[in-house]
Amino acid sequence: MIAIVDYGLGNLRSIAKALECVGGDTVVTNNHEEIQNADRIILPGVGAFGDGMQNLKKFKLIELLKDEVLKKKKPFWGICLGMQLLAKESEEFGSHKGLNWIDANVRKFNFPSEKKLKVPHMGWNTVNFVRNHPITSGLKNQEDFYFVHSYYVNPNDLVLPLGTCDYGVPFTACISKENIFATQFHPEKSQQKGLKMLANFIEWNP
Amino acid sequence: MLKKRIIPSLLLKDGRMVKSVQFGNYRDTGHPITAARIYDAQRADELVVLDISASKEGRKILFDIATQMAEECFMPLCIGGGIRSIEDIQSLLRDGADKIAINTAAIEVEGLIKEAAEKFGCSTIVVSIDYIKHDDGSYEVFTHGGTKATGKDPVIWAKEVANKGAGEIFLMSIDRDGTMKGLDLELTKSVVDAINIPVITAGGVGTLDDFRLGMEEAGASAVSAASIFHFTDQSPIKTRKYLVDRGVNVRA
Repeated sequence: MIAIVDYGLGNLRSIAKALECVGGDTVVTNNHEEIQNADRIILPGVGAFGDGMQNLKKFKLIELLKDEVLKKKKPFWGICLGMQLLAKESEEFGSHKGLNWIDANVRKFNFPSEKKLKVPHMGWNTVNFVRNHPITSGLKNQEDFYFVHSYYVNPNDLVLPLGTCDYGVPFTACISKENIFATQFHPEKSQQKGLKMLANFIEWNP
Repeated sequence: MLKKRIIPSLLLKDGRMVKSVQFGNYRDTGHPITAARIYDAQRADELVVLDISASKEGRKILFDIATQMAEECFMPLCIGGGIRSIEDIQSLLRDGADKIAINTAAIEVEGLIKEAAEKFGCSTIVVSIDYIKHDDGSYEVFTHGGTKATGKDPVIWAKEVANKGAGEIFLMSIDRDGTMKGLDLELTKSVVDAINIPVITAGGVGTLDDFRLGMEEAGASAVSAASIFHFTDQSPIKTRKYLVDRGVNVRA
């Protein structure tokens, strides 16, 4: 069973449906017992960083997720805001503390107007995978995925980056460390390539 | 590099898919779920679904359709039509929409865009702007499905909603809608140059080259079209190939 953590933010149904399409059993939940019983966890998220942390607190999920992911080492995937929340802190609407599972912070895309780069970074962009990983098995080194975000994770721990992308600046689009996997892009919105990654996630045994 | 997007749009009226000409003369064009399924298979970059049902029953169908589309299409779905409140937005997002298009309420409901952007993130909130080009060459924003003049200039209005936190503009020419006589490149360019958020331009696409012009000449982040896919033998696949062959920066 894959628990898709429902903390009031995010396109939960899309993720559940995409996982079901590739043969996963899912439960969308913030129930502690259900999350404890699941063998894999997905932290989705669309929205603001501060609200995200606040809601995780509200549903008493911070300690629980820490136990399940950092202690019990369950396979984990953070998507979009669910990736950013793993960092130490974010500069979104003032400074906010994150889960601090990875040595990274979250920055905003900030371009001089002559660069003519729109923010949010919205649409399909190419991810370069810089090393192999079971979840990217069957994909090419470069694939297009769907992004929607104004902030990005900037890792200090150089072991983290698995995939990089370029939007005015190079940024980290995908990270992995032990049982933690995260993408800034949306696999559930990236058609066949995204579904392939979700299928690989179901089989992944870190 | 970020790719330019090809976005089929679907217009819904009481649960059926229709296509208008200049926001009138609706023709039935089939079942929306079937169409969405086909566009997904044809690797459209995203779908925009706009509901113009007047009745409550019609609106309810929109929620069911959003759910069904999200179950079958693994690409971004932008859904709009009659959105008035934070609750409307929340339930559509729950039902499967990734982005919400807001039109009339962006003007009528004070504070909605700002509150929605703060609550759901800028990138979730698309402001849809319908406009007319008057005979004297001036432009004006219309709401209520193109029936109510607002006195607002589309460039100024786009700037205003961008400042309020909108994450994207869906820019629709009412007088070109369904005519297939080409996009309004001039106004598109003015809006693109005036704001720092992505612009989807729509209304008038009649040839594959119109996509190229919208993306390259006017600088839009995406071009949306309906008639060309409903009434000609062109498809997102052919569009993509045409653009790739001409070096336009789209997903191959």
